[in-house]
Amino acid sequence: MNDPWFTLKRFTQARIGRGHSGCATPTSAQLEFQLAHAMARDAVHQPWQLESFAEAITAKGWQPLLLSTPISDRRQYLLRPDLGRCLDHASRQCLQTQQASDIDVALIISNGLSSTAIDSHGLALLESVMAAYASCSLNVGPVCLVPNARVALADEIGGLLNARLSVIIVGERPGLSAADSLGVYLTYLPRIGNSDAERNCLSNIRPPQGLSCEAAATKLAYLSTQAIQRGMSGVALKDDMPVNWLETTVPI
Amino acid sequence: MRYSTTINGKNFSFANLRILMAKASPKRAADELAGLAAESEVERAVAQQLLAKVSLRHFLEEPLIAPEDDEVSRLILERHNSEAFAPIAALSVGEFRDWLLTDDSDLSAIAAGLMPEMVAAVSKIMRNQDLIAVAKRCRVVSRFRNTLGLPGRLATRLQPNHPTDDPRGIAASILDGLMYGSGDAVIGINPATDNLDNVYTLLNLLDEIIRRHDIPTQSCVLSHVTTSMALMQRGAPVDLVFQSIAGTEAANRSFGIDLAMLREAKAMAESLNRGSVGNQMMYFETGQGSALSANAHHGIDAQTCEARAYAVAREFSPLLVNTVVGFIGPEYLYDGKQIIRAGLEDHFCGKLLGLPMGCDICYTNHAEADQNDMDNLLTLLGVAGCNFIMGIPGADDVMLAYQSTSFHDALYLRQVLGLRPAPEFEAWLEKIGIFDGTNRLTDNRLKTTLLSDFSKLGELQL
Repeated sequence: MNDPWFTLKRFTQARIGRGHSGCATPTSAQLEFQLAHAMARDAVHQPWQLESFAEAITAKGWQPLLLSTPISDRRQYLLRPDLGRCLDHASRQCLQTQQASDIDVALIISNGLSSTAIDSHGLALLESVMAAYASCSLNVGPVCLVPNARVALADEIGGLLNARLSVIIVGERPGLSAADSLGVYLTYLPRIGNSDAERNCLSNIRPPQGLSCEAAATKLAYLSTQAIQRGMSGVALKDDMPVNWLETTVPI
Repeated sequence: MRYSTTINGKNFSFANLRILMAKASPKRAADELAGLAAESEVERAVAQQLLAKVSLRHFLEEPLIAPEDDEVSRLILERHNSEAFAPIAALSVGEFRDWLLTDDSDLSAIAAGLMPEMVAAVSKIMRNQDLIAVAKRCRVVSRFRNTLGLPGRLATRLQPNHPTDDPRGIAASILDGLMYGSGDAVIGINPATDNLDNVYTLLNLLDEIIRRHDIPTQSCVLSHVTTSMALMQRGAPVDLVFQSIAGTEAANRSFGIDLAMLREAKAMAESLNRGSVGNQMMYFETGQGSALSANAHHGIDAQTCEARAYAVAREFSPLLVNTVVGFIGPEYLYDGKQIIRAGLEDHFCGKLLGLPMGCDICYTNHAEADQNDMDNLLTLLGVAGCNFIMGIPGADDVMLAYQSTSFHDALYLRQVLGLRPAPEFEAWLEKIGIFDGTNRLTDNRLKTTLLSDFSKLGELQL
């Protein structure tokens, strides 16, 4: 049933060249779609194995800091993005008593809409990011682990840590062809109330089909140093990164 | 102004027009999230009755956001044309619904006299069939390299996204779409990154494909308007300038734009003169919930905020306006029922305000919706005369992680409703051997030169 150009599928995961039955998709393609949708729906509700993730981070020699939002379950997470954007009382107090000083980057990790994404690539991306930041001499704070967070939570955490940048690594919503995609959002001078226009975003971090962890970390380090040098992030900070930037860069 | 009534001995009171409109809105998650929704079905029905009694003229006197606080409000009031408004100036919202359903005159004559809030208000007391019947009478035609929005026509945006913007992967999806007759509204890529060199590469790829095969369509890489401007300055082949827009100044600021920036971008693109049959080159996307998501809704319900975004759009005489109706997620439109209703509202409001409305009929995997809901909305919007829909391989966007409509879905709609592509594009499909002259795929399309040319993709150094 496939079209002759189905062979071009080696260049993309897109559902190309699947033929047609009249105007419709052929039965096999239709049933495959149904299964993929069912799997993506399940992936949304997959819980995050937070303890084992924290242990893995500790084993790498980094200091995890477990924080929470007021979200109590997954359904509430989906319907109340406002609650996913703030810390609960205990976590806020915990950060207020941290003796944080001279932090360049407040780093936050959340499962977001895909625990699968964090479980698949979270640790690898963190390693790449830490290495890239080390090579441009940026000081990273504790690795904050927060289940069920929204992107703007990074504003509150970054503000409480008095960091120059906040960076949140978050599981992106599961798609039909991939449930393991990570996104990263960077904000200069994080404070509650930052707008989305002040953020730079990297998405589709999901090797091997999407962006690799190394490429994402390099781009993140580029944007981070640019943000600090120019005192801005977001729409005004254009990504004009030359190829091989990391090899030619000097620490700031 | 306070709006009050007593029903069965119970008093209902709404402090102002903004609150009345929110309470009168058909149920949706966004308004519940914002704490604006009616607290009961009775309160909603009562609010609709009171809203029906409000005179259209009153919307000019009670702006939902003070014009001194918001440039979108200023734009709406400055552009209001009292001559176009005159035929309906004496009507209430309820009478306006009756007028819309009774009258058979050209609705484009009143577009400039309508404020988005008036259109949003009347939509709230209309059933789905009313929204379809009235929208069907609003034909809005726009032109760049082809003619979009003619009666009996349906266009598609070919959306060949790829998670790393790989040009070969994107070209493969473009070929797939063209071979199924998609792409007359625009061949439009959402880039995975806004990196300037990357976007430039994609613009060149699209320009090359369109020129080499002499396709009567336009291209777009949907990056931020400032990215498009930077690339126009570097000499990139920009056909359409894209931007997401919203219905308040503060929400637009969260997108990093304002009206002045859009004017500058439009002037820059106009000077390139890349159109052939017309020079409408702005492409806007909108969606209910965007103002709330940016915490910039000023206590206005999601659907009214959306209609206000159309006031921004029409200032720029766009080629395409696309409501991306189920894209953000269930916190704004919870399920298929809410998505379908919102899609019909947006299409109706945009058309009545004079915009070339299309719809990205879509949902995410965390919403309570599926492809059957999309089939329903697709069919309803086809009946309503929607200008264009999306065409995505297998309805699955592998970069944006959501489901929309497929190339096949457009073929289905063409068949059941007899809708044909834009005339210039239809002629091209027939000439190159993809359509057979009766609005269907030909049996011989595998012999088209398009296919043999693209099949060399693997060897191409794109």
